[in-house]
Amino acid sequence: MTELKTEKTSCSCGEVNEDELYERLKIIVQSQRTIPGALIPVLQTTQNLFGYLPERALRIISKELKKPYSEVAGVVGFYSYFSTTPKGKHTIRVCLGTACYVRGGQDILKALQKELNIGIGGTTPDKKFSLEVGRCFGACGLAPVVMVGDQTFQRVKTNGITDILNSFE
Amino acid sequence: MTTVYINKKAVEVNEGSTIFDAAAKAGIRIPTLCHVENQFPKGACRVCMVDVEGARNMVASCTTPALEGMKITTNSRNVREARKFVVELLISEHCGECKTCVRNEDCELQQLATEMGIMEIAFPGETLKTFIDDSTAALVRDSGKCIKCRRCMTVCNEIQGVGSLFAQGRGFESKIGPAFDQHLDGVACVQCGQCAAICPVGAITEKEHIDFVWEAIEDPKKFVVVQTAPAIRAALGECFGYEPGTRVTGKMVSALRLLGFDRVFDTNFTADLTIMEEGTELLTRLKKALVDKQQVALPQFTSCSPGWIKYAEYFYPEILDNISTCKSPQQMFGAVAKTYYAKKAGVDPKDIVVVSVMPCTAKKFESQRPEMNDSGFQDVDYVLTTRELARMIKQTGIDFKALQDDVMDSPMGSGSGAADIFANTGGVMEAAVRTAYEIVTGRELPVENLHLQPVIGLEGVKKASLKIEGCLPAWSFLEGVELKVGVAHGLGNAKNIIEAMRAGEEFHFIEVMTCPGGCIGGGGQPRFTTNEIRRKRIGAIYAEDEGKQLRKSHLNPEVIQIYEEFLKQPLSHLSHELLHTKYFDRN
Repeated sequence: MTELKTEKTSCSCGEVNEDELYERLKIIVQSQRTIPGALIPVLQTTQNLFGYLPERALRIISKELKKPYSEVAGVVGFYSYFSTTPKGKHTIRVCLGTACYVRGGQDILKALQKELNIGIGGTTPDKKFSLEVGRCFGACGLAPVVMVGDQTFQRVKTNGITDILNSFE
Repeated sequence: MTTVYINKKAVEVNEGSTIFDAAAKAGIRIPTLCHVENQFPKGACRVCMVDVEGARNMVASCTTPALEGMKITTNSRNVREARKFVVELLISEHCGECKTCVRNEDCELQQLATEMGIMEIAFPGETLKTFIDDSTAALVRDSGKCIKCRRCMTVCNEIQGVGSLFAQGRGFESKIGPAFDQHLDGVACVQCGQCAAICPVGAITEKEHIDFVWEAIEDPKKFVVVQTAPAIRAALGECFGYEPGTRVTGKMVSALRLLGFDRVFDTNFTADLTIMEEGTELLTRLKKALVDKQQVALPQFTSCSPGWIKYAEYFYPEILDNISTCKSPQQMFGAVAKTYYAKKAGVDPKDIVVVSVMPCTAKKFESQRPEMNDSGFQDVDYVLTTRELARMIKQTGIDFKALQDDVMDSPMGSGSGAADIFANTGGVMEAAVRTAYEIVTGRELPVENLHLQPVIGLEGVKKASLKIEGCLPAWSFLEGVELKVGVAHGLGNAKNIIEAMRAGEEFHFIEVMTCPGGCIGGGGQPRFTTNEIRRKRIGAIYAEDEGKQLRKSHLNPEVIQIYEEFLKQPLSHLSHELLHTKYFDRN
């Protein structure tokens, strides 16, 4: 999956005018209209733009790429990477692919849930962290793996998670 | 050509064929729950496993190309056990009680379980959760029974181009349905029911009207009339063990009387009426365009198929003016049954219950459209699919095969051969041309056996042109005009013909039927419909047409009578009031 280049914006914290984001989305989608297989890269870019995938954006994508809305929703629902609810500033993804699972990914996840006091898919009240489960990041040799945003942490131990969390503003 | 060996037997197949195709060609049946004829295989159900010599694992035959020299085994113990295991896994998730399922004894999963000798639930773990979506007029979805074969998705997206159903989520939690767990009434579903017709289990079914119909029949105050669409007589027999393509018109009439309907009428009567109205409408539009030089919406599209109407309302609202304003024959019937017939028979229209038997689920939706009340009442009260009628007959214990032939009642029971062919793709066009040509020229349509050959058959989009010569004086403006007609069946093909039209191709009249093959392949027809079965049913319909003396709508004596006594002439004020309708942009 190659991501489309887009100006990175701060997520949904209200710093950027929403209408402006939709204008940018339209330009992106229109440039991708005729490219086969554009749906996933467009969804990734959109999620980067908004911090999540709002319904209005998905409707625009469906219309512009001429894909049934049910199909767009199907793709969004299939990949745990995509989210239709607003996320915190940093998204933590705990890998529960086979290797990470075997090497204690589940314990890491539980510890994070306890530490942050949120469930899977949840966001902390201060909107700093969201917690997600990932299905193999392709780094099985480093298991168990946790990603925070686009930063990867390898061979994570339960007693190391506080340090990881503290390293984020 | 490629040669493969299936169970040691050499089979020659075209390059690009799959093992599944090759086996079918060799007459070897491989079980499947997800395969859809002529569609790109999904490999979703994993039931069609076969052994290929030298391969690491067993392969799904539907997605594996047949390669030169391949040695394939379809019936070894290993293969049988693998398939059985797959079906056991599907059953372990499946949440449904066979005994009380509407698909009992008509269920492909149940049939495979029986064939494979599955006598116990091998994996009694967690089953799927049941969510019922009965939000629409025609269809009911039950997520607990869904085996995720994706056949409904294939027909909805790839054949019909509607796209209301898609796989949502993943793994055990996944569901096939509209986006984000919406109900069907919240999305652009046209109610065609092709999903219900192809579902191997009971996960999508028609919304039953059987109990309402029994109640009406048993109410002594109600006068219950039934109309049957032409496609029923060519398919109902299949529910009682007859070969596809067997006509059972007479037995069907007998059965309907035994069920207790007060009058048995024919939708063919109003199909003929439709031709009078729609044909006149076309000629009027042509006159406006050619003589009065007015801006008029051409080509004219047919309007008999309620799935197509809803499709246009969602996806092509800009062509709604091109669609004939004629109601479908079902709705014309309801409107005249509660006015013309009520008066003639001396029955208070409020006591008349109109029941339709239709090959269609969208007709259930159509009958409940709020504008379909021109008689002062809901024009058509209940709609039964062919399958529901068969179930009603079975409920009474009637021995269908032993029934004598009977004939429909008058004055709404007579139909021409032109009305019969409304049941299949190309039929409405041929029926319209038979009448329009004769009105304009005073001569019979000059083609062999009255058949407009280029529009017959299962090709997706068909075209024909007809030069009009020797017009009667009143129609001289059509002299020398080359009438160009188009026919599409399956909504994906409707889209194709609309796009062709937009690209500049000229048409005067276009017939669209929602379902592949037309009504004979409707969403309410007996399962399982393949192209071979479509062809047999179409054969039966043309045989019904050719077997009649009366083959042109305008010669139907009951149609002549209703104009003389009631409507006066096509497109009269009363016709407009009762037989015509309008459409809405749903976009």
